[in-house]
Amino acid sequence: MSAPNKSYDPVEVEALKPEEVERARDEALAAFATAGTLEELKQAKVAHTGDRSALSLANREIGALPPQAKAAAGKLIGQARGAVNQALAKRQVELEAERDARVLVEEAVDVTLPYDRTPRGARHPLTTLAERIEDTFVAMGYEVASGPEVEAEWLNFDALNLHEDHPARSMQDTFFVQAPDGSADSGVVLRTQTSPVQIRTMLDREPPLYAVSPGRVYRTDELDATHTPVFRQVEAIAVDEGITFADLKGTIELLVEKLIGGGLELRWRPSYFPFTEPSAEIDLQCFVCRGESVGNPDRPCRTCSSEGWIELGGCGVVNPRVLVACGVDPQVYSGFAFGLGLERILMNRHNVADMRDMVEGDVRFTLPFGMEI
Amino acid sequence: MRVPLSWLREYVDLPAGESGRDVAARLVRAGLEVETVEQLGADLKGPLVVGQVLSIEELAGFKKPIRHCFVNVGDANGTGEPQEIVCGATNFAVGDKVVVVLPGAVLPGPFPIAARQTYGHTSAGMICSARELGMGDDHNGIIVLPPEYEPGTDAIELLQLVDEVLDIAVTPDRGYCLSMRGVAREAAAAYGLPLADPALLDVPPANSYGYLVKVADPVGCDRFVARTVTGVDPAAQSPLWLQRRLQKSGIRPISLTVDITNYVMLEVGQPLHAYDRSRVDGPIQVRRAAEGETLTTLDGVKRKLSAEDLLICDNSGPIGLAGVMGGASTEIVDPVTDPETGVTTGSTEIIIEAAHFEPVTIARAAKRHKLPSEASKRFERGVDPEAARAAAQRAVDLLVLIAGGTAEAGVTDIAAPHPVRTIAIHADLPDRVAGTEYGRETVTRRLQEIGATVAGADILEVTPPSWRPDLTDPYDLAEEVIRLEGYDNVPARMPMVPPGRGLTEAQRFHRRTGVVLAGAGFVEVNNYPFIGEAALDALGLDAGDARRRTVKLVNPLSDEEPSLRTSLLPGLLGALRRNIGRGNTDLAIFEMGTVFLPKAELSVAPRLPVDRRPSAEQLAELDAALPHQPRRVAVALAGERLPSGWWGKGAGASWADAVEAARTVARAAGVELTVRQAQYAPWHPGRCAELSVAGTVVGHAGELHPRVIKALHLPERTCAMEVDLDLLGADLSGRVSGPPVSGYPVATQDVALIVDAAVPAAEVETALRDGAGELLESLRLFDVFTGEQAGEGKKSLAYTLRFRATDRTLTADEATAARESAVAVAASRTGAVLRGA
Ligand SMILES: [Zn+2]
Repeated sequence: MSAPNKSYDPVEVEALKPEEVERARDEALAAFATAGTLEELKQAKVAHTGDRSALSLANREIGALPPQAKAAAGKLIGQARGAVNQALAKRQVELEAERDARVLVEEAVDVTLPYDRTPRGARHPLTTLAERIEDTFVAMGYEVASGPEVEAEWLNFDALNLHEDHPARSMQDTFFVQAPDGSADSGVVLRTQTSPVQIRTMLDREPPLYAVSPGRVYRTDELDATHTPVFRQVEAIAVDEGITFADLKGTIELLVEKLIGGGLELRWRPSYFPFTEPSAEIDLQCFVCRGESVGNPDRPCRTCSSEGWIELGGCGVVNPRVLVACGVDPQVYSGFAFGLGLERILMNRHNVADMRDMVEGDVRFTLPFGMEI
Repeated sequence: MRVPLSWLREYVDLPAGESGRDVAARLVRAGLEVETVEQLGADLKGPLVVGQVLSIEELAGFKKPIRHCFVNVGDANGTGEPQEIVCGATNFAVGDKVVVVLPGAVLPGPFPIAARQTYGHTSAGMICSARELGMGDDHNGIIVLPPEYEPGTDAIELLQLVDEVLDIAVTPDRGYCLSMRGVAREAAAAYGLPLADPALLDVPPANSYGYLVKVADPVGCDRFVARTVTGVDPAAQSPLWLQRRLQKSGIRPISLTVDITNYVMLEVGQPLHAYDRSRVDGPIQVRRAAEGETLTTLDGVKRKLSAEDLLICDNSGPIGLAGVMGGASTEIVDPVTDPETGVTTGSTEIIIEAAHFEPVTIARAAKRHKLPSEASKRFERGVDPEAARAAAQRAVDLLVLIAGGTAEAGVTDIAAPHPVRTIAIHADLPDRVAGTEYGRETVTRRLQEIGATVAGADILEVTPPSWRPDLTDPYDLAEEVIRLEGYDNVPARMPMVPPGRGLTEAQRFHRRTGVVLAGAGFVEVNNYPFIGEAALDALGLDAGDARRRTVKLVNPLSDEEPSLRTSLLPGLLGALRRNIGRGNTDLAIFEMGTVFLPKAELSVAPRLPVDRRPSAEQLAELDAALPHQPRRVAVALAGERLPSGWWGKGAGASWADAVEAARTVARAAGVELTVRQAQYAPWHPGRCAELSVAGTVVGHAGELHPRVIKALHLPERTCAMEVDLDLLGADLSGRVSGPPVSGYPVATQDVALIVDAAVPAAEVETALRDGAGELLESLRLFDVFTGEQAGEGKKSLAYTLRFRATDRTLTADEATAARESAVAVAASRTGAVLRGA
């Protein structure tokens, strides 16, 4: 627009007649109301609010009016344009909502479609079970220790008070490693227990020592539903001043509560291990039948074979001879140790009927265990 | 040790209603491992009676001999009339006493008895064999009883068919519990009842006119008692009660003399040996064997003896392997009855040996000759040397009583001097071991219960009983007190553990490795570490490949797999194939574990003393004899790595997935892997990546060699990776510095480079990075292609380079300059040419 001109065109001024303004407004409102699509609305918008629309032209002419007429014309046109814009916006919102409703329905998918596009993985339950036990001990302040699977006989037997002719030594069916000359006199075996890790820990540093050591061990058993020649133990040892059998009981009770659950009775059976004295076998009250299957043929229990008890493992107060072999003074220190078989715990805790399933590596067995157990 | 409850009651007056299970529970809490409680005759129901055979009619015309009999069963059948029975056994005659089961009875099985028609006659019951009555496995026809029993007598009571038997697994420290005497002692202590000790017998003192015995090795044999019985009736048989006790204890009755020696062994724990005196030539001598000597043992095997073997000899040479097995030449002769005269001949003069041998000598001999016997089992664990005289006396008494023999007055008893063993124990030691308070009186009382004598006050002087050679130090005694007081009565408390340090970096890394691989879709497996030549051949390893040097086992499970693995792959690929065989087709599995690599210098681990801490040098010697046992991780992939589905086509597992698995593990270690093309078995020579960290090779990954795939029957394009976690995690101390995150806009530039097809992409990338300088934020290869457009023998690599500064918005000129610098370095190092240039 240019500067206000002093002489105005009577024809154009005609457009500023109130009837004309109202007519233009009504035409615009009608056009918006009849626009059925956003596209039609867009065309109506151009026609009725664009530069060449009647109202825009009228607006432009206001400047040409004599000053005394400007205010009235401005008010008249402003009101008309306001009504038009409001109607346009309203119709725009209405048509967009209609469009959205239609399009989003068209875009609907079946969200129940399977999407197994990322392969699933899992850790072996024996691994995660060992970690769970480790964590329980680590929380108590223990360290996690490990040792070699091919181990010196001295560490696997002698230092544990199992001298060469000890009957217990022939009880353990040991894999012997060939000596350089091909004989059996290598002094090296596949460890039959995780106990040599105790010895290594004690040889390594001074008490107080609190360590838990999970690992693979070997015995010359054939694989069947309840035996495997390669299996896993978790062993814990505490060597400190004033360690007693009572400390052992408290520690195992806590472990069992964390691992299996509270409120279960433990049975402590005197037993014999050369490296502990006194020694005990620990039985856990069957957590399935709680002993109610004993002598009750109507209610047999697979978990405990209707014995009412499940063998957990062996334990005891460390034999002072073992301390001596490690250079620990039994006059000052005492200790406890215990070992648990992981396969058996897994079988009981997770209803695994056949030990072979843990060995054969069938992914269908392992997958359900996921990342932790 | 099988313990019939009825027999146990002879020594301990157990409460009448106490069941085998009750007794077992008490013994278990006292430390005896009762494995089973067998219920004998639980489903047995009478009438089962003694019968006398009145007539036998042999029925002809059947495939096997059949007898139609009439048997007098007294009034047991209610009528007193002879019982008509058809029987298939033939080992009885008219007049014999037999065991008859009558209709209405139930035999073990359960097997109900009713009258029935068979072979054209009525059979109203059965004449029973031992097996039918659950007495033993012998099936040599029916039982013929001694003649003294009246027809109609209840045979259930007579044959003691209803009983309970405790089967006890005796631990090596409790040799004395391999006897009724020992188990009874434990039962007495458990119930707080007195023990009737079967070894408390009147025994005449030793004298000089017993059978002459010379002990040349008083260390190997510190006690030798010999007694002689003459005039033994060879026709005398073991009475039913004796046979039944042996049977229930798991020992087969053989002949009276042998049965008596076995019976006394079970009762007192002292193994005995009986010689036929008429077959022994001169004095008995106890000595070690001379190398090359031989002995035919009574199992008929001729054995070559070792100089360590302890022998019983006479003038003819060895007549027994001491404590293990007797010789054939002097054994008791089985009684034989002449069918014509009815006269029974057999041994009539018997020498009873009750000796005590050194446990280690016996253990080694039994092991050397692979002859674990009831005797050696007891000697190995320690026999009560003071029970020898009583045991011999008991055998003599039984021979006199049952076989009508006469005990000779001579009593041989050679005893090496025994120092009295006393152990000093602080009266509060059991308290300190258990963590509770027993008090001196309890300690003293419990030690007396196990048979020890106790003197003193604060420090107790304890003399353990002769049958407990396992009690050698104060802790042994403390254990006895705690055991008898009951482990259940020890309180539970928690030790005051000093603050811990948590898991080590390496342990955390190992866990992380499992987690990231499982997160990436791998399933963990655990394989046995046993391998054989075949597995190494299948991997296509060269003759000189280091992985063929293995640790070998003396006694492998299978002779096919005598070695320990030097790589995880044989086991892992085996698991892969097993899965495929079971229909699991799309597989990604992993294993973490140790491999076993022999050291360059092989050595033997010394057997160090145990009475002190070994020196550092000695411990180093032990470790030197062990193989390297590094921890590894390996993966194997087959089938689809990314499954096909409704979303479109998936992707098969490829060499790149194997390499990426290694990178995944490397990221868990916080290190960057350098990948280089390599040729290494068992991988495809063109698809094998050598993986290294800071110049150290840590493993390999890629697609397996087609020959290996074929040899192992794996799917085509099977891929694998194996890396050493110890090397990969050698330095886990690195700490990431937080990078500055620039808020300025990024300037993105693409370049496409043409290089020789042989140039590794990794080299081009390194050159671009080096050339681009600090402004380079990231670089990504987004396209690779070969073919006409790239040119013969060339390939095109297209990268997106993203530049950004931390302190300003980059100008287009700055970004372009950085890109050109990157391309220039790539050009000079790899001959790269800008595509289209
Ligand atoms: Zn149960």
